[in-house]
Amino acid sequence: MSAETLGVRRSINARRLLLPFVGLIIPVIGVTAWWILSAQKPSFYFPSLATIWDRFVHTWLLGGATAEIWPTLSSLFLGYAAATLVGITLGVVFALLPSVNRFFAPLLEFVRAVPGLALIPLFVIALGVGIETKIGLVIFGAVWPILLNTVDGIRSQDLTIRDTVFSYRLRFRDRLFRVVLPSASPQIMAGMKVSLSISVIVVIATEMVVSINGIGNFLLKAQAGFDLTGMWSGLILMGIIGYLLNVIFELVERRVLRWHRAMYEGNRR
Amino acid sequence: MSDTLTSGGANAGAGSSAGISPSTPTLTAEPRMSVRSVSKSYTSDRGVVKRVLASVSFNVAPEEFVAIVGPSGAGKTTLLRTIAGLMLPTSGEIFFDGDEVTGPPERLALVFQDYSRSLMPWMTIEKNVTLPLRRKKLSKDEQKRLAAEALSAVGLGDIGSHYPWQLSGGMQQRVAIARAIAYQPDALLMDEPFASVDAQTRSDLEDLILALKKQYGMTIVVVTHDIDEAVYMSDRVIVLSGSPTSVRQVVDVKLGGQRDQLVTKSLPEFVELRNTVLTAVRRPVGEPSP
Repeated sequence: MSAETLGVRRSINARRLLLPFVGLIIPVIGVTAWWILSAQKPSFYFPSLATIWDRFVHTWLLGGATAEIWPTLSSLFLGYAAATLVGITLGVVFALLPSVNRFFAPLLEFVRAVPGLALIPLFVIALGVGIETKIGLVIFGAVWPILLNTVDGIRSQDLTIRDTVFSYRLRFRDRLFRVVLPSASPQIMAGMKVSLSISVIVVIATEMVVSINGIGNFLLKAQAGFDLTGMWSGLILMGIIGYLLNVIFELVERRVLRWHRAMYEGNRR
Repeated sequence: MSDTLTSGGANAGAGSSAGISPSTPTLTAEPRMSVRSVSKSYTSDRGVVKRVLASVSFNVAPEEFVAIVGPSGAGKTTLLRTIAGLMLPTSGEIFFDGDEVTGPPERLALVFQDYSRSLMPWMTIEKNVTLPLRRKKLSKDEQKRLAAEALSAVGLGDIGSHYPWQLSGGMQQRVAIARAIAYQPDALLMDEPFASVDAQTRSDLEDLILALKKQYGMTIVVVTHDIDEAVYMSDRVIVLSGSPTSVRQVVDVKLGGQRDQLVTKSLPEFVELRNTVLTAVRRPVGEPSP
């Protein structure tokens, strides 16, 4: 092998090693610029990033308001988990029983058209201002993408797969958990991804309006008390939480849909 | 298209009336499958009735190998899905081992043309092969043993932990066949099983099926559009007519139990038989059989 091809290969390897870090360039430039510019001329509304960071460490990492994180995360997770369970279950029922679907579809379309946040007053009356309201609203907001994608994923199942399943007389349990749900899993995961962002939005908004604790409540209180440094630190925390949730989701998705990715990469080769 | 082939096979044992060799058990035993005046019509959304099958009748004896051929567009797949119990006929009956078919019979396995879509890509090969066995009362070890046996019977070694998409098309179809064998059926129905593989793989798989048939004593019905394949593999070729489909002609293939890609296919009898079948397939609608 000639030195030239080795050189080419080395530069390809170097590029592959650096590729994951390309996405960091813009954030690093942005944060640096923010840090420098805000330090030049700090204002009341835009405190210097150094101050915000200092506040962030003290408020969210070293105590201060760490206790506010838990109510937000717990209602987020419980609501999201329930939305996933309800969405997939109803999706399976609607997809496998067309008559049920025909019966309930208009009702569901109507309910879905109501913006989740418009239901805050109703939920407060029904469930109070505790975690139940937050969980309820997260379920209501996040269930639709999962439900609709599950129905779609199951409906688009391949006919050959269906014939195979029926000709081998699989039990319903095996059919559902080993064939129907796995084959629909790429669509279900896509719905779950959308629902995750919705869940974050709903939980923060609900906390701002009705809650007595949580990050959303903290943000609103900070703003109302003219503690803008505190408000900024809360925004940074939400950014970090949202980003981490997405990273975790993608790790899970990679694991669950490994076959799907490998299959399509294999076909492209 | 309307030209009828007149040379060669026109008078070479055409029709079932030419007699049945004593080695084929057609007359003595109760048929494994019996298709009796089956017809099938679809009604479109606009209320138009389309007749796909028109009174199809034939029997398949235990351990017989029957090939079904016909012009494309003839309801071959519809017929096969009806026999398999995946759809009900509009009129007529189908019997499997003496019982009327109202759903997929237990002792019947299906192999599809589209192996890449009949195997589950989210399961390993072993899981794919053992999936139908979960219905039977077998221990996990027993299931694994059956899967390993079936995989080695189709010439695949230790690939249980691989995924279908990691294998070539021919290997995937072998896995689909192994799944059918592990299920231990009395009869195997195959829909264009080798239409999606290359020529070399195709003849390998034809011989594999013949060997497996001998080893396991299965009854096999294969739908194919390849006339050479139909004659080479089968004991009997059923020629279907175009739409609406009925049985146009039945051709007995008396080439003996031992088939060989080179020897069998160069026998004069083979050439005559394939001409007979080809003539029957090409005959335009309405023309009486010779």
